[in-house]
Amino acid sequence: MNVLLNDMAEHEKLDQFIARIKAGEKIEADDWMPEDYRGTLIKLISMHGISEIMGALPEKEWVPKAPTLNRKLGIMAKVQDEMGHGQLLLRVAEDLLKPYNKKRDDLMQDLFTGDLKFHNVFHMESKSWGDAGLIGWLVDGAAIISQTNMLGASYGPYARALHRICAEEVFHAQHGEAIIMALAEGTEEQRKMVQDSIDYWWESLLLFFGPPSKNEVGSSKQDVTIKYRIRTSTNEELRQAFFSKYVKRILSLGYTIPDETLRFDKDTETWIYQQPDWGKLKIIARNEGPRSQQRLNLRRISYENNKWVREALAPKVI
Amino acid sequence: MENNSSLENTAIKELLLQLADDDFIHSYRGSEWLGLAPHIEEDVASSSIAQDTMGHAAIFFKLLEELGEGDADQLAHDRPAKERRNAIILEVVNGPGNYMEDPDYDWAFAVVRNYLYTQAKAIKIQSLHSSSYEPLAEVAQKVQMELYYHLMHWKTWFIQLLGSGHEEAVSRMKAAIEKTLQDFQGVFSLGHYRVEMVKQGLIEDEAVLLNKWIQEVTPVFESVGVACSIKVGMVKGDGRTGQHTEDLEKALETLSEVYASDKTATW
Ligand SMILES: [Fe+2]
Ligand SMILES: [Fe+2]
Repeated sequence: MNVLLNDMAEHEKLDQFIARIKAGEKIEADDWMPEDYRGTLIKLISMHGISEIMGALPEKEWVPKAPTLNRKLGIMAKVQDEMGHGQLLLRVAEDLLKPYNKKRDDLMQDLFTGDLKFHNVFHMESKSWGDAGLIGWLVDGAAIISQTNMLGASYGPYARALHRICAEEVFHAQHGEAIIMALAEGTEEQRKMVQDSIDYWWESLLLFFGPPSKNEVGSSKQDVTIKYRIRTSTNEELRQAFFSKYVKRILSLGYTIPDETLRFDKDTETWIYQQPDWGKLKIIARNEGPRSQQRLNLRRISYENNKWVREALAPKVI
Repeated sequence: MENNSSLENTAIKELLLQLADDDFIHSYRGSEWLGLAPHIEEDVASSSIAQDTMGHAAIFFKLLEELGEGDADQLAHDRPAKERRNAIILEVVNGPGNYMEDPDYDWAFAVVRNYLYTQAKAIKIQSLHSSSYEPLAEVAQKVQMELYYHLMHWKTWFIQLLGSGHEEAVSRMKAAIEKTLQDFQGVFSLGHYRVEMVKQGLIEDEAVLLNKWIQEVTPVFESVGVACSIKVGMVKGDGRTGQHTEDLEKALETLSEVYASDKTATW
């Protein structure tokens, strides 16, 4: 098989590769793959991995502040899961990076220089316990929708990682929903916390799914990821699925959504909504979101502070 | 007769408070490290340990609740520093700076404190297996299972860093050992009711526990070339009697920020 592959011309390999993914076969780490497939996966998976890790930071702020012992345990478990997701995904990315001789440490450097992006849209200040609940409920809810979309990904290691991750994400959403429910049934103050959080995070939730097309921000990776069967639905389809799942739930709790134009159009069977400010996404993607730098700094500080630990653990050069 | 049984009860409650408060603050210091540990694998492992430890605190608070001492959440969140019974060494900050802004934390101190405390806790839990207070003897079983992994984890770090031969690592670790030991006696203190606790067979005597601990850690110290006869002190005072530092007060402010915003609300 390998001998055969070596003898084949590039375009034959590509044809065979496309035929394999069309037939629903999984590509494995050591299989031949086109460069732009590898490149797309590296970008996607390392961004996903680092987003899980960076995403643990805003929630971590609420770990000690969680108001009961059970809530403390719940949010600790969730944040630990997120770090675990990051670890799992970075390993998948590392395998893909092997031909380039790059390692975890290179990914970290890329993160610090801004070459490696993370999902910045949620890196705002998390101001209240309501935000902690809402992150679990809707941010993880949105993440579930976008990750479920890739469960059938043509790249086997990523698909398998996502299966494990999605199973845990369901618990995260339940954990968030439980916090929100307790607040929604609580005092005036507690109820208001939830409304404030919805108003505050709504636009970020819409931005999270990405632009409907490349017209909004100048580029979009969705075409190539669909072509290679890494994902199935478009950004817009995912956003629509988010509306369908959550709009009713939010309204039924007696809350409002900060978009007066939001409605379901029966004729076209789509949600009509106020487009978020796509200009913001461009700015945020440059790590210039409200808390992006502060959170990146936490990782920079720890990287610097632990330099001696890495050195001490490094295998000795004899 | 009445006096005797109330004294008995007080000793049980005091012991439970010590165990609960130790783990509560220890878990908090552990959770402050999340996202800041030397690598991601360690973040996952140590946050799991912090979570287990908070679970242990919750178990001890629950036992207090069952004794009619009040709601477990209230006990955890609504007692001022002067009523806390944790050992002072466990409240000491991880390093200068806030965990959300500019944490200048010292991994050597984390490793040393975690290892020495986990070993001490393991010895206490072992002693609690034969506690005359049944409910405590029962939970000791559950706690011990998890503790086994915690101890292995921190002992490995301790040995790796000290045995690395890396100059900075070794000197940082030695400094951390000195800092930790000078207040570590507080972990073994049983407070004002020490005599009653031992008399009732709730737990073994301080000196016995300390001795067992020294016997466990000495060979480990020796294996990595730290020459020692291990001596512990209580420089900052005895946390069991309510003596505490500003570090604890600040920690409690954070730990009960949301709880204190409405103590009667359901969260
Ligand atoms: Fe996750
Ligand atoms: Fe999650």
